[in-house]
Amino acid sequence: MSLTGWLQAALVFGALLALTKPLGSYMFAVFTGRRTRLSPVLAPVEAAIYRLGGVGVDDEMSWQRYTFAMLAFSAISFFYLFVLLLVQGWLPLNPQHFPNLSPGLAWNTAISFLTNTNWQFYAGESTLSYLSQMAGLAWHNFVSAGVGIAIAIAVVRGITAKTATTLGSFWVDLTRACLYVLLPISAALAIVYVAQGIPQNFTPYRTVATISGGRQTITGGPMASQEAIKDLGTNGGGFVNANSASPNENPTPLTNVLEVLSILLIGASLTYTYGKMAGDTGQGWALFAAMSVLFVIGFGVMYHAEAAGNPLLHHLGVRGGNMVGKESRFGIAGSALFDEASTATSCGAVNAMLDSFMPLGGLVAMVNLQLGEVVFGGVGSGLYGMLEFVVLTVFIAGLMVGRTPELLGKKIERREVQLALLAFLVTPLMVLVPTAIAVLIPAGTATLGNSGPHGFSEILYAFTSANANNGSAFAGLGDNRFFNISTGIVMFFGRFFMAIPLLALAGSLAEKKKVVAGRGTFSTSSTTFVVLLIGTILIVGALTFLPVDALGPIADHYLLHSGRTF
Amino acid sequence: MPHRRSSAQHSQVRPLFEYAIVRRAFLDAFAKLDPRVQLRNPVMFVVAVGALLTTAFWLRDFFTHGGAVGFDFAIAAWLWFTVLFANFAEAVAEGRGKAQAEHLRRTKSDTIARRRTPDGAIEEISASRLRRGDVVVVDAGEIVPGDGDIVEGAATIDESAITGESAPVVREAGGDRSAVTGGTRVLSDSIVVRIATNPGESFLDRMIALVEGAQRQKTPNEIALSILLSALTIVFVLVVATLSPFLSFTGTHASTVVLVALLVCLIPTTIGGLLSAIGIAGMDRVMQRNVLATSGRAVEASGDVDTLLLDKTGTITLGNRQASEILVAPGCDAEAARLAALLSSLSDETPEGRSLITLARSLLGEASENIPEGSTFVPFSAYTRMSGVDLPDGRKIRKGAPDSVVTWCKEFGPGRNPLAGEVERVARRGETPLLLAVDGEIVALIALKDILKPMMSERFARLRAMGIRTVMITGDNPLTAAAIAKEAGVDDFLAEATPEAKMNLIKREQSAGRLVAMTGDGTNDAPALAQADVGVAMNSGTQAAKEAANMIDLDSDPTKLIEVVEIGKQLLMTRGALTTFSIANDVAKYFAILPALFISSYPAMAALNIMHLATPQSAILSAIIFNALIIIALIPLAIRGVRYEPRGAAVALRTNVLIYGLGGVIVPFVGIKAIDLLLQALHLAG
Repeated sequence: MSLTGWLQAALVFGALLALTKPLGSYMFAVFTGRRTRLSPVLAPVEAAIYRLGGVGVDDEMSWQRYTFAMLAFSAISFFYLFVLLLVQGWLPLNPQHFPNLSPGLAWNTAISFLTNTNWQFYAGESTLSYLSQMAGLAWHNFVSAGVGIAIAIAVVRGITAKTATTLGSFWVDLTRACLYVLLPISAALAIVYVAQGIPQNFTPYRTVATISGGRQTITGGPMASQEAIKDLGTNGGGFVNANSASPNENPTPLTNVLEVLSILLIGASLTYTYGKMAGDTGQGWALFAAMSVLFVIGFGVMYHAEAAGNPLLHHLGVRGGNMVGKESRFGIAGSALFDEASTATSCGAVNAMLDSFMPLGGLVAMVNLQLGEVVFGGVGSGLYGMLEFVVLTVFIAGLMVGRTPELLGKKIERREVQLALLAFLVTPLMVLVPTAIAVLIPAGTATLGNSGPHGFSEILYAFTSANANNGSAFAGLGDNRFFNISTGIVMFFGRFFMAIPLLALAGSLAEKKKVVAGRGTFSTSSTTFVVLLIGTILIVGALTFLPVDALGPIADHYLLHSGRTF
Repeated sequence: MPHRRSSAQHSQVRPLFEYAIVRRAFLDAFAKLDPRVQLRNPVMFVVAVGALLTTAFWLRDFFTHGGAVGFDFAIAAWLWFTVLFANFAEAVAEGRGKAQAEHLRRTKSDTIARRRTPDGAIEEISASRLRRGDVVVVDAGEIVPGDGDIVEGAATIDESAITGESAPVVREAGGDRSAVTGGTRVLSDSIVVRIATNPGESFLDRMIALVEGAQRQKTPNEIALSILLSALTIVFVLVVATLSPFLSFTGTHASTVVLVALLVCLIPTTIGGLLSAIGIAGMDRVMQRNVLATSGRAVEASGDVDTLLLDKTGTITLGNRQASEILVAPGCDAEAARLAALLSSLSDETPEGRSLITLARSLLGEASENIPEGSTFVPFSAYTRMSGVDLPDGRKIRKGAPDSVVTWCKEFGPGRNPLAGEVERVARRGETPLLLAVDGEIVALIALKDILKPMMSERFARLRAMGIRTVMITGDNPLTAAAIAKEAGVDDFLAEATPEAKMNLIKREQSAGRLVAMTGDGTNDAPALAQADVGVAMNSGTQAAKEAANMIDLDSDPTKLIEVVEIGKQLLMTRGALTTFSIANDVAKYFAILPALFISSYPAMAALNIMHLATPQSAILSAIIFNALIIIALIPLAIRGVRYEPRGAAVALRTNVLIYGLGGVIVPFVGIKAIDLLLQALHLAG
């Protein structure tokens, strides 16, 4: 590890800290219908969209209606992309003349982008037309992020409501999230990216002769615009297969830092929005603090593991850290920072090959996913995932002060515990069971690139990533019909069976009377609470996943140190 | 009427493990192996299924001479112990509750009731057959056959069987003291009682049901916690069930017995096994303080109370006032006036009267012995609102409320009151003025002062530390109320309180999001008692008040509410503490079992065996034994509740997290290692 490596991390973190409050306040204004600086330009557009869609701005929805609107919108979006991918070969903007996708791959890709996962069983530059990329994937990059933010805002409204039966309007929240938050920031980022050299064109790929005499195909396409929302919306689906490791997507250390920052930006800022909506910014900072601690621990372990390098190579006299699968322009710190950010959030973009990380570096990535993507997390989903843990922590800890546990004055009772646990059960169910099925049937192990614990890690990582809607992969696992379908199902459950119970929880909390806080109520913005929240997340996560992780990366680690590789 | 004050001295403090209870619990632990009983507790049900499974594997290995017979046997045996220990914990708590209930039920032993039929005839039937609305006649020396209201007559009643208080109380038809409780004994006179409850529905019946496991309804918080425990159990079932294919993928095989052992170690058996014992013991603690709760929900809710409404009289101040001053009217002989005050009170048995005697004697000194022979005492009556004495020389002395005395004086003459100004001044000071008159001439004013109960301000400070606001309710004027409130140290007061004002106060507090508790005894308290989140009715109160309340204090001690609040808080804290402890324990258990499980396929994983447990078998067995013994070790904590101190939430949370969270991580490391060493020393595990 080096000082400059840590300085780079500190720089990104400092910038994140500085941006959290202004962006958080801005989002608070946007979602509570206040005027913002962008209103003069965007309000007429917003009004036009509502007129077009026949949406009333004040059409408040119960949690059931909100959920139904969200599901209906998702269903239509899904079929739109599914069909587009099935017929892309017959449509324009396809200079490379790519054929239609197979139904299995189209299903997997459509679910993947619908759920903000962006798991990629395809290589973008050799499979998808520009139309599919822009009108299909980029559309989902925006709206899946928008849906995530809308759900988070609705959940927060439920928790912070005085006494209400509604959570707001899904259509209004979705429109505002895309129009006021995602589009302007993406546009600004895309311009910077173009300036830094990321392509933005519709020209066919060029084949050129290299100096060394070989021939190389240089891909093109509308990459800069896609890159911006890929990170900002924690989508992570790269325009090209190599994702942010490719010089086309991430050419310079500056773009690397900007991409890391934009991955974390909305997830972090939403904590402040939560605090503002709760009428106590301390509430938001408490979540920010818990997330930050987990982030720094994760980065520290990953950076340390990679910087320490491979003991087997050290025996051969090769000094230094593990640079296998990393880009030399980012180095170990830049890679660890990017991949910690990308796995802690549900982004899943990578600028280095996770499969080639040291076992412990890979373990950190996997643990980030297993904790439920609550370390800043996916846009929106990170916040509501964290709030699920807050409810559970408040319930257990609240008992210890001798009162029926309360969150922001709302009593956490049977129904709330039930719903939070329903959301909580999705992760073990959707990771462990499919992984067990995969190792039991031939189709599950047929496409493995490695054997032993490392091969096991590849399967485990695939389902963990799908469930967490992350999308990053331990490369080495190829697609087949089994994985196309099973990861698709897991992604679907990981997204919606997490969101629906939380919307129901919000609906239930909204209706409750707010109890005033006294000396007997314990504070959810205190240091003690932050420590407890971190403890709950770590212990609950560890208890669920320690055995499988022990068979995967941990075994890998000990075996590596005893001289065995796979 | 005599005011009864009683408190903890009547509550029975039972030793933690009473021989008779333990012996019964020992047998009950086996009886509770009934699958229908086990199904009530999902966590322990999983353990029981695991125990059955391992027993089956042991038997198979025993007859086929395969596998690790000794190890399988040890695991199976300890799993059965785990189930039995949890059963035992519940049985002990139930036994204590039942013993307490027996104590109360003895008073319910079948009595003969004399029921009045519609045509006026009297028939004798068993008290257990009385239904709501039946009218019974109870004479002196008889036992009241059931809860009800006196509709005719008045009587002195010995309630010691229920309250432990030996002083008899007066109950009379009409008014706020008409309620009688089944099992109490009529000492004098004859009363007619309308029965208010059907068989099996009396407060006592309901309370007994709360401590007997079979009929016990789980409280809301207990249900929420059970759901959490069940969810954790499901997670661990998933973890362990999927481990088998994962292990075979990596070329290892783990026996089902080992996997069951791992599962049982991981699921929250500590809290799962003790959860119902905690709830039962909580009810039992309430009952030991002579409070009958109609539901566990009420006790739980009392832990959440934010605002406590307390009646001034009887709660904050002694129900009776004390004479503090004798003001002699201008122109009257001071000694004669004082002597008159003394004489007027000689027959007055009320504490006010006695305090006046004490005061007059101390002022008179020697002169107080001049009591004329042959005086006729006039007792206090609600009609005249005066008491006094007719002396043998014909002089009449009267003492009473100012307006009554003035009216009496008017029978003799003009009825001029030379002390009218003083009466008003004393009243404004927060004291009660009485006038003393001799033959129609007002001679002195006696000031009665409210006396605060001892230790009240400490109690209010304790409540404040818990985060509970106290509001004093009084009929006094605001000035007086403010003076007393300040002296007593309550946070707020409601002066000149009417039942409506009281009701509005409760509603206001509730709409501000506060949980309100109150005590009451009168019929006009009933709506407020019903409106309050926690209402405690005094046993001396009316049936209406009792029906509206969720708790009844048999000692009729309004400050008891404070203890109930503490029990409610303690109940929740105990659950939270043991849940945290139980979950935190799993960290050490993983470090014991996982290396043991994986070591055969990955010898390098021995590095995870940070406790250096001797062998894989010993590691697994040690974890299972620790898991079973910790239940027994924590029974006293479950039954007594965690140590409770009134303090802010932040401090309570920090302390409990340190003790039960951090302690929960550390204790099993020590315990499992110790058991492992012991097993090695005794050569009990391979």
